[in-house]
Amino acid sequence: MRKLLLSILFAFGLTVAAHAAGDQKHPKHVDWEFDGIFGTVNEQAAQRGLQIYREVCANCHGLSRVPFRELTKIGFSENEIKVMAAEYTFRDGPNDDGEMFDRPGLPTDKFPSPFPNEKAARAANNGAYPPDLSLMTKARPNGANYVYSLMTGYDEELPEDSHIQIMPGSYYNPYFPGGVIGMPPQLQPDLVTYQDGTEATKEQLAYDIVNFLQWAAEPEMETRKEMGIRVVLFLLIFTGLFFVAMKRVWASVKK
Amino acid sequence: MALHHKSPYKGALGWLDERLPIFFAIDKVIGSKHPTPKNLNYFWNFGSLAGLCLVIQILTGLFLAMHYTAHVNSAFNSVEHIMRDVNFGWLIRYMHAVGASMFFIVVYIHIFRGLYYGSYKSPREVLWALGVIILLLMMATAFMGYVLPWGQMSFWGATVITNLFSALPLVGEPIVNWLWGGFSVDNPTLNRFFALHFLMPFVIVGVVILHILALNAFGSNNPKGIDVKGPQDVIPFHPYYSIKDMFGIGVFLLVFAGFLFFAPNYLGHPDNYIEANPLVTPSHIVPEWYFLPFYAILRAITFQIPLYLIGIPLMLVGIIAWKPALLGKCQTCVAPLQKLGTTVISSAIMLGALLTLVGLAGVAIDSKLGGVLAMFGAIAVLFAIPWLDTSPVRSTNYRPLYRWFFWIFAVNSVILGYAGSQPADWGVLIDFPDGINLHNIPDITITLLATIYYFAHFLIVLPVVGKIEKPLPLPESISSPVLKGASHA
Repeated sequence: MRKLLLSILFAFGLTVAAHAAGDQKHPKHVDWEFDGIFGTVNEQAAQRGLQIYREVCANCHGLSRVPFRELTKIGFSENEIKVMAAEYTFRDGPNDDGEMFDRPGLPTDKFPSPFPNEKAARAANNGAYPPDLSLMTKARPNGANYVYSLMTGYDEELPEDSHIQIMPGSYYNPYFPGGVIGMPPQLQPDLVTYQDGTEATKEQLAYDIVNFLQWAAEPEMETRKEMGIRVVLFLLIFTGLFFVAMKRVWASVKK
Repeated sequence: MALHHKSPYKGALGWLDERLPIFFAIDKVIGSKHPTPKNLNYFWNFGSLAGLCLVIQILTGLFLAMHYTAHVNSAFNSVEHIMRDVNFGWLIRYMHAVGASMFFIVVYIHIFRGLYYGSYKSPREVLWALGVIILLLMMATAFMGYVLPWGQMSFWGATVITNLFSALPLVGEPIVNWLWGGFSVDNPTLNRFFALHFLMPFVIVGVVILHILALNAFGSNNPKGIDVKGPQDVIPFHPYYSIKDMFGIGVFLLVFAGFLFFAPNYLGHPDNYIEANPLVTPSHIVPEWYFLPFYAILRAITFQIPLYLIGIPLMLVGIIAWKPALLGKCQTCVAPLQKLGTTVISSAIMLGALLTLVGLAGVAIDSKLGGVLAMFGAIAVLFAIPWLDTSPVRSTNYRPLYRWFFWIFAVNSVILGYAGSQPADWGVLIDFPDGINLHNIPDITITLLATIYYFAHFLIVLPVVGKIEKPLPLPESISSPVLKGASHA
């Protein structure tokens, strides 16, 4: 649909994002199942991605806009979700005595953030701020490919003629704006043990995490695209009918 | 007894219409009693499409307002709440966001239609001016709406644009503080932008009604640009153009749906999915695509403008316009208006002379104010084009020379849009070394040249080409066969 005639009219304005950051390598291109008009969520990959998030990413990154109950959309049962939510502890209250109290999580709770505020997060991470991941793939240009490239981009060598200085506690990653990132390399083979037996290569881990984050950022995507196809089919008939009607009404008008 | 309105309708409808002649009025304005030239092409669909866009924006905006919270601590969260928790909230919000882009596409095509077919020319000057007012109101509304999600681009866009007013001499700073309701873009700013963003669409509705009334005074222009000569040239709006509009709406909605359902964020900026942070400036602040040409004009002025650079052209234009304004003949000119025109022109000459003198004494406009004046001037000049265009022929189809300039202008607008999307130092063609920087000669950039051409099109091309061009022979009437020799038109 992007190739519609109208795109030409404003395509000139859309190269913005790509140019936003100077020293940044163009992301790798991955063929995602969620791309395109008929794109769907790869539930298996998203579930594996959730496992990585819970075991690794969640140590530093929040996912504060995603409630546990939404996980039914990537194939978890309500019971599984209840159990998963109950593994977390939430501070609630005040109760009738005016006391705050701890309780196990409920499906309506959202994923708890690892740090109480940005200052605490920076203090624990050498001054860097691990951003919340709820909207990550929408909040970066070419988001899905960007996150994939970033996760797998630590292996690339710093070119010898580069002016980039790597300080202790920071790392070279050509896909990050500026090329220097505070997050240490995370992916290594068998970082997590997948329950479904999938081999956890670096590429597989990055692929799975992106599938999960893409779903977390756009939980409505499947509904949206399904509705879109129905709407477009309806509009094609609607437009066709009015085209025929217009031709018939206009048949009597002399040019 | 014929003083009261005698309804043409029968029964209950007639009873009501006689007491409230709204049905008759609608029928007269956009119905079966509205004679319309029979040769309108598909470019005439975009007026009704713009009306549809306005309705879509108001309805979706109303439902968004029911769930949105205008507070710096919760605005961003409330938008995500709409996206994730409200039933079909994502649909309503994407309709509103994509709808804004669709509205501007439609309106820009509508404007270019008017420019190509000379729809702004006498006797439709007021119709055109009302349209420019609608464009201005739309821009203000869209700008304030973009601030509401309180993302990074919202915040920094608001900061950049409101700061423009600080360029005004003396009153600049107080005005900016007054706009902000404080000393930076903050909660009071967000609150008032929400209130105004809710109000402005209804102001637009009011001006749209005036726009339609003004359209009714002389009826639609047409691709041949000649007046309707008699009943053989017209057909009733309903059913001919109402059904054609329905077809156009179908095509438009297909494009709309394509973006809405399959690429809803394609026209937006990813930075606006990051919550506003006054301590972190995005590496590259850009407005939405529909503001890019004007943003380019704003940033094109990177140097001081000596006042004589404005004064001398103003004097020249005034002197050139002097004679035709005094002696020119046109059927629709009214004597008092002609006198007013003479007054305006003589004032322009005197103002030009004054500016030239002050400029020669060394007074200049600084680059920031220059950019702001250029940007607002880019819209303001549109008000003047009915009088800047000296050609008696409306349709560019019959203007062999102007046709070239029209398309150059269109390409130039696209270049300006691209320039607006690029970093500020983009497009440098000639970078003068400091040594020969005698009169603060700026870097010659593509952006600057395109900006100069934008104004030259209106201030030089329109008056001059109309004088020197020999138009093609016009058809006798809308319904008569095309004249020999103009068959390509």
